[in-house]
Amino acid sequence: MGYVAVRGGEEAIGNAEKLLRAARAGGDSELLSPRQIREQLHLAVDRVMGEGSLYAPDLAALAFKQAAGDSFEAAFILRSYRTTLPRIGYAAPAATERMRVIRRISAAFKEVPGGQILGPTADYTLRLLDFDLAQESAEATRRAIREFFQAAETLEPLPERFPKVVALLRREGLLVERRKAAAAASPVVDVTREALSFPAPRSAQLQTLARGETGGLLALAYSNMRGYGSVHPVIGELRVGYLPVEVSHPPDGGLRRIGEIKVTEAEVIARLGREDGEPRFTLGYGLCFGHNETKAIAMAVLDRAMSASEPEAPSEDQEFVLTHVDGIESMGFCNHYKLPHYVTFQSDLDRLRRIRSSPSGPGEAGPPDPKAGGA
Amino acid sequence: MSRPARAGAPADWRDGLPPGRDGYSFAFLDAGAKREIRRRILKAVAIPGCQVPFGSREMPIARGWGTGGLQLTLALIGPEDVLKVIDQGADDSVNAVSIRRFVQRVTGVRTTTDTPAATLIQTRHRIPEEPLRPHQILVFQVPIPEPLRLVEPSEKETRRMHAEADYSRMWLYLYEDIVTYGEITIGARYPVLVNRRHLMDPSPIPRWDVERLDRNPALMLFCAGREKRIYALPPHTLVEPLQFEDVPFRVESFAGRRCRRCGSARSFLDEAIDEATGRRSYACSDAAFCEKVRKAGGRTAPEPEEGGP
Repeated sequence: MGYVAVRGGEEAIGNAEKLLRAARAGGDSELLSPRQIREQLHLAVDRVMGEGSLYAPDLAALAFKQAAGDSFEAAFILRSYRTTLPRIGYAAPAATERMRVIRRISAAFKEVPGGQILGPTADYTLRLLDFDLAQESAEATRRAIREFFQAAETLEPLPERFPKVVALLRREGLLVERRKAAAAASPVVDVTREALSFPAPRSAQLQTLARGETGGLLALAYSNMRGYGSVHPVIGELRVGYLPVEVSHPPDGGLRRIGEIKVTEAEVIARLGREDGEPRFTLGYGLCFGHNETKAIAMAVLDRAMSASEPEAPSEDQEFVLTHVDGIESMGFCNHYKLPHYVTFQSDLDRLRRIRSSPSGPGEAGPPDPKAGGA
Repeated sequence: MSRPARAGAPADWRDGLPPGRDGYSFAFLDAGAKREIRRRILKAVAIPGCQVPFGSREMPIARGWGTGGLQLTLALIGPEDVLKVIDQGADDSVNAVSIRRFVQRVTGVRTTTDTPAATLIQTRHRIPEEPLRPHQILVFQVPIPEPLRLVEPSEKETRRMHAEADYSRMWLYLYEDIVTYGEITIGARYPVLVNRRHLMDPSPIPRWDVERLDRNPALMLFCAGREKRIYALPPHTLVEPLQFEDVPFRVESFAGRRCRRCGSARSFLDEAIDEATGRRSYACSDAAFCEKVRKAGGRTAPEPEEGGP
């Protein structure tokens, strides 16, 4: 009997879990420490934090280890941990001008106030396999890093804050200001506590995108860039850096800094809009946990695409985008098809057999005997 | 609420689950989440068949695997409850085992496979064959709560259709089905009208179970975790499958076949194909019911319910 195999409950599940552990750690190489993952696979950790919607590098590294490198699964583990944490309060809005920047570029202007800061980026490297890394000497690598930073000490430190590139355009009145009206109209929604309703307020849109799955956001944003949509983005500014987190302190209501988070922010300038008669540029905004430029840019493009009043492409349809970008939901639902569906399939089988045996056959409305062969 | 630093704790976890309740609230969810879910349940009960949005929490099982049902179960369960969990009618199906084990681990409640002994039953795709009693709660796991999704992809639009009780496109769908195939082709997940007002997705139960929703004495609750919707059938609610006067609703036909294990001819049967002979055979989908019939003497046609199909 084929289906006996999926029954049998406890013991089978227990053994499957043991096999899973063997698959993760069954080799004879040294076991990974979460610290190694956090430090050396930091982009994976950042992605897991972003999609898991919890800023916790150590826990994200642990989840990545537990999930054997499956970023969907790791984000899922982190989310289901997050859900058990009480909601203590909300941080104060943070102005990203105050970001402690490690990278900041603009594709709109050659020279921007504060300058273009490349920071750690693979953008201009040749993606050739580096065979030296296969036998990397920790000592040599660490020494090279030390020497690099020693040489850099003589350079001027980066300024505390960088002016925003889009602020230049804003000052000239060249940007559509949708923020004021939208922010005043509705308080900030918490999508982890309220189901989305449509049309979703912008705060709900941005939250949903920020915890969306990188690949999912990218696919939808790419469809828009390629032609199923009309956003022709220019990256006004892309920043990576550390943003202070402040909460109001109950006794006096004053803001206290409780730490900082690493984020990536993208501001995308798109084609003209004509809201109040005057032609202006429009802006798309993306911000996500950690260093994940692809996600921030895709998010900004989608944010802009969804502002279309008459959606003409899937990526411009708010409901289409927001209900399909969550990795935990989409991967969970995709995999649930592995669960048994005997009953529903039996029911469908009954319909198919019935239709095929129907004397009147397709095309004629005459129904067969009611209740014939019923229960 | 104090909580152990969990970063270093997983070494103590057995089978990927926390040891007992230590470090977690009773029934996993925090008190605020439970309160919110209970309030939404009350609203759902007050408007039978109407989908009530809620802030669905992430669960340690995947979306689509019963996170909605699980949240209702966890929000409702108390230490005195007796829990039964079934998947496709069976208590020993892997997902049912996994969910039961989780709830048991975070609550310590008693579990059972015996339908009448349970106070709370979580189910995927079936209603137990044995009749339910008043004060029992049946929690359905729902993949797609919106019956109109078949004809309309947009949530904004389906909300409007419900508000206006505009179900014409659903009726048209059924009519076109009959014109094309001579039959309504919907197998499981057959749309029902609740209390003559709201069109409701009964979850992917077979049509066999659809008639058993009607005026059932138990409280029936439905929840879709991924889609973030709760809806309810209070006890004794009128539930009617959509049907035409001249094309009545019909449940699955087993053409007089009986369960090969217990001999029942009055239960929903799973079909199996014998590898060697290629012959089809049938067995009860409700494993606990089947077992009970067998123990009671077997191979006699039992009366699984009164006034049922």
